[in-house]
Amino acid sequence: MLEEVFREQWGRVLASLVGFLGDFDRAEEAAQEAFAIAAQRWLTSGEPDNPGAWLVTTARNRAIDRIRRERTLADKLHLLPAPEATVDEFDDTLIKDERLELIFTCCHPALPLEGQVALTLRTLGGLQTAEIARAFLVSEETMKRRLTRAKNKIRATGIPFAVPGAHLLPERVDAVLAVIYLIYNEGYRGRVDLGAEAIRLGHVLATLMPGEPEVHGLLALMMIHHARRRARFSGEDLVLLNDQDRSLWDMRQITAGRAVLDRGLALGGRGAYVVQAVIASLQARERIDWPRVAAMYRRLANLTGSPVVELNHAVAIAQAGDPAAALHAVDRLDLDGYLYFHSTRGELLRRLGRDAEARTAYRRALELATSTPEQRFLARRLQQL
Amino acid sequence: MQYALMIYGEPGYIEALSDEEREAAYADYFAFAEDERCVSAAQLQPAETATCVRVAGGRTLMTDGPFADTKEVLGGFCLVEAADLDEAIELAARIPAARFGGMVEVRPVMRF
Repeated sequence: MLEEVFREQWGRVLASLVGFLGDFDRAEEAAQEAFAIAAQRWLTSGEPDNPGAWLVTTARNRAIDRIRRERTLADKLHLLPAPEATVDEFDDTLIKDERLELIFTCCHPALPLEGQVALTLRTLGGLQTAEIARAFLVSEETMKRRLTRAKNKIRATGIPFAVPGAHLLPERVDAVLAVIYLIYNEGYRGRVDLGAEAIRLGHVLATLMPGEPEVHGLLALMMIHHARRRARFSGEDLVLLNDQDRSLWDMRQITAGRAVLDRGLALGGRGAYVVQAVIASLQARERIDWPRVAAMYRRLANLTGSPVVELNHAVAIAQAGDPAAALHAVDRLDLDGYLYFHSTRGELLRRLGRDAEARTAYRRALELATSTPEQRFLARRLQQL
Repeated sequence: MQYALMIYGEPGYIEALSDEEREAAYADYFAFAEDERCVSAAQLQPAETATCVRVAGGRTLMTDGPFADTKEVLGGFCLVEAADLDEAIELAARIPAARFGGMVEVRPVMRF
């Protein structure tokens, strides 16, 4: 139970300490110390009313003590030491929530992307370095170096601990969303449930930036996708949307995701994440309205200019009942190195009764497949022709 | 904090611009040098004028030409005073070379 409180509080406590101390390593050290004290004291005297404020105040006091002891480093302290707090003062409303500053610092585009991802998970998500390493299938040493490099660059180059000004905000919000979505998409690889972690970060962001439609769009997209994860594989095999066992879908999370999406739409959101969430929501209906899905993919293709989105648009056209038009659209795309281009062509040709051409397309897709589930799926398709 | 902005570009890029673009680029460079955050700035002579110097075994060795043989060469540098990296990046983005196919490397200056 304590562990849950700690996970819940870590991001906020750390953000407040980075803001106060101006240094990631010192903040982490102080936070760890405070959590260790809490683990002992709360077991005997119970959890305080405002655990977050208790942890921040304790950590600040510890950090100040430590800095006083290392007097030569005293100039590193950005602010004057806060007066010693008494228990009565442990009020959450007195501790400014600085998690937004922390997110923008961790996702600063001057940092390498993998460093942004690792630092976000470590500081805001409260994941241990070893857990992050496991999730990204690298050694703990490698992950530690990645984190250290990112923290050093923040310190040495003066990356600000601040919410960017209005003229920078749109592109920086995009950068933050990209990091969170990347964490979500990494979720299928490792053993740590990064999907759930990304959703947790999405919730934090939606609380901190309630007026940003794309923040709600991304959160809704991740929630609706995540709700279907158990139906996506059968053992080792990929299961396509049409064949998924819907009793495995988490309907409560789909409903919750739709509520988040509604907020994004109500804010006037028409961006790429909102549109993708709309598509995910349409595809989670009992009967899928394929013409609407196709229209949404059209809009997404216009927003992103991505040929992969064009391919999905074509698939929706086929599902809406016009495989010939779909094939015509697919054949205009320049995606020869892309597995799903060939498997989609194969499927469309099969539906049009052009079996020989379909076989050629599926064979080309099979050549490009790298994972066993993909290879098995395509081999099955070829056999059925 | 102080940052060094090192300006890289293909030699002759500025001559290759249209008259209008070139005039705007020069005006931007002058405006940049006038900005009070600009501590110092210099444009360098072409890379052909470079001499690399090494000292080995007490002897001074010289080679003709710039250190690295790349298409983009160091053409100038500025030293700026900025509150943080974001401000330094904004200044760097105003340097014309950055939008005419070149690049500006931003490096914080070591403090002692």
